[in-house]
Amino acid sequence: MTAAADADLIPARRPPASETGALGWARHNLFSGWLNTIITIVAAFVAYKVIWGALSYTVFNAVWTGTPQTCQDMLGKGACWLAIQDRYRFILFGPFDYDQQWRGALVIFLFVAMVGLSAIRRFWGKKLIYGWVAALAVVLWLMYGGLGLKVVETSKWGGLPLTLLLAFAGIIFAFPLGIVLALGRRSHMPAIKALCVAYIELIRGVPLISVLFMASVMFPLFLPENITIDKVLRAQVGIILFTAAYTAEAIRGGLQAVPKGQYEAADALGLGYWRKMSLIVLPQALKISIPSIVNNFISTLKDTSLVTIIALYDLLNTSKIAFNEPQWRSFFFDGFVVAGLIFFVFCFSISRISIKIERVLDVGHKRR
Amino acid sequence: MSQPIITMNKVNKWYGEFHVLRDIELAVSKGERIVVCGPSGSGKSTLIRCINRLEEHQAGSIKVDGIELTDDVKNIEQIRREVGMVFQHFNLFPHLTVLENCCLGPIWVRKMPRAEAEEIAMKYLKRVRIPEQANKYPGQLSGGQQQRVAIARSLCMNPKIMLFDEPTSALDPEMVKEVLDVMIGLAEDSGMTMLCVTHEMGFARSVAHRVIFMDRGQIIEQNDPETFFHSPQNERTKLFLSQILAH
Ligand SMILES: Nc1ncnc2c1ncn2[C@@H]1O[C@H](COP(=O)(O)OP(=O)(O)O)[C@@H](O)[C@H]1O
Ligand SMILES: [Mg+2]
Repeated sequence: MTAAADADLIPARRPPASETGALGWARHNLFSGWLNTIITIVAAFVAYKVIWGALSYTVFNAVWTGTPQTCQDMLGKGACWLAIQDRYRFILFGPFDYDQQWRGALVIFLFVAMVGLSAIRRFWGKKLIYGWVAALAVVLWLMYGGLGLKVVETSKWGGLPLTLLLAFAGIIFAFPLGIVLALGRRSHMPAIKALCVAYIELIRGVPLISVLFMASVMFPLFLPENITIDKVLRAQVGIILFTAAYTAEAIRGGLQAVPKGQYEAADALGLGYWRKMSLIVLPQALKISIPSIVNNFISTLKDTSLVTIIALYDLLNTSKIAFNEPQWRSFFFDGFVVAGLIFFVFCFSISRISIKIERVLDVGHKRR
Repeated sequence: MSQPIITMNKVNKWYGEFHVLRDIELAVSKGERIVVCGPSGSGKSTLIRCINRLEEHQAGSIKVDGIELTDDVKNIEQIRREVGMVFQHFNLFPHLTVLENCCLGPIWVRKMPRAEAEEIAMKYLKRVRIPEQANKYPGQLSGGQQQRVAIARSLCMNPKIMLFDEPTSALDPEMVKEVLDVMIGLAEDSGMTMLCVTHEMGFARSVAHRVIFMDRGQIIEQNDPETFFHSPQNERTKLFLSQILAH
């Protein structure tokens, strides 16, 4: 631009002070009219009550030291963390061999570390998937044993490691199955399409609880008598089959969002069906469906607590059983508080990661 | 000219009840350059998309490079290997770099080693005058640049025939020329068979051997550019030409 043109330009000025800063923001958003002001005050009051109540119960009035009698005195007013201190090993690991529970701790650490790595953009890609599969193999080894570790039968698996295993293995195996189902549902071959539609709609039409029951009770009826399939494995298969249907629908949404021109360009190059899908369509479709897949995963993680009903020791079940000891029996509620907190921490973190992924992918779209 | 490389015989096509191509008769010689024009909705895109089977015809026969187009997937893939296509909206693969876009066909369809494919890709990127963009993503390029990449991507397959479906009509006016220049260059020094749907009459005059006018699914008139533009025979051709030459 020339100097003469610059001279005509009105210099940029700062916006008026009332529009900026915390005060300006509050005036604009919280107190912009009498109705808005009332809503703000009511909301603030409710928030204060809830937060204060929660803090009183879990912190200020909670029993951190003392005897079961101290807890009894505060029953209903404050949490009995004493019971948790006594029983936390059972809550976290269930009936897993006591001297081997460090393995369960490693499993938890491994899952947390993998979730952390998955949140880092630099690691996004195929390698992350391989990483998860490898982590899963290590987890299975740590849980079951062998290769120098003492064998712990699956009937003793429990607590957080079991919950995380069911959820993460569920989503990892459901992923390829979901891709196949989604492609099948969009296939031009009527038989394949019908099969996939039937499967997806059937599974989506029944609650997970019934899938688990079928996997646990009915499945063995179909098998020859001398073959028994491990109970954890049966639940795991049920969760995978269930999650796959939802994953398929998420991926189908992504497939639909890939423009027709992409299919045509791939066709015009002479790429066959599988190359077209794996090189062109799926990479774009999966990217679009990742946020919904992650959201499905959060549901799966919480839904694993349903395996309680087929008598597996998942986190929710161990939190309940831990309080069966006579001196702690009255404080079972605090077990649920702890289990709830653990679930919340995981689900909330994953939800944050999902939001981050969504944001990054959006930006990616704009740049491209 | 030599024997035809594309023959269309009484080709008919319907979209549901809608008769979009009617008794199309067309023979394209090896090395011939044809411009197809006509009003919007007259079936120009459908016609050239039938040549690489992006659309299926329902009656008549189409023969490309000696192969009859049928449901046989093997035949279709073989023909697509020899026929390049450039789309109105470029249709570059947004998740791959410019270089990867160009290498994809040679590597996966022609089974070429990556190094060789990259060498060829760079050769054609130079030819369309954007070798310096090789490692960018399509979204980082202007429309004109993207269309030139799309042309390079097709050329990397070393096709015998190139199809262009309104390659410049989605472009901002200042970018039309850079794409047309590339296409003119390609026409002049490759001798490749080209079919191009376009309303760029300057382009038609300078490179086409034959101009085809379509209306309502039929080929109404065809002639060499000189005759076509100066003494159109059909009333509808005259009307169409007066409309597009007016603005
Ligand atoms: N997939 C389709 N389904 C139904 N009608 C279509 C489809 N594609 C094109 N048409 C119709 O066929 C006619 C010819 O389309 P097209 O070949 O794209 O024309 P042109 O390229 O000459 O503008 C248009 O009327 C269009 O609406
Ligand atoms: Mg068209």
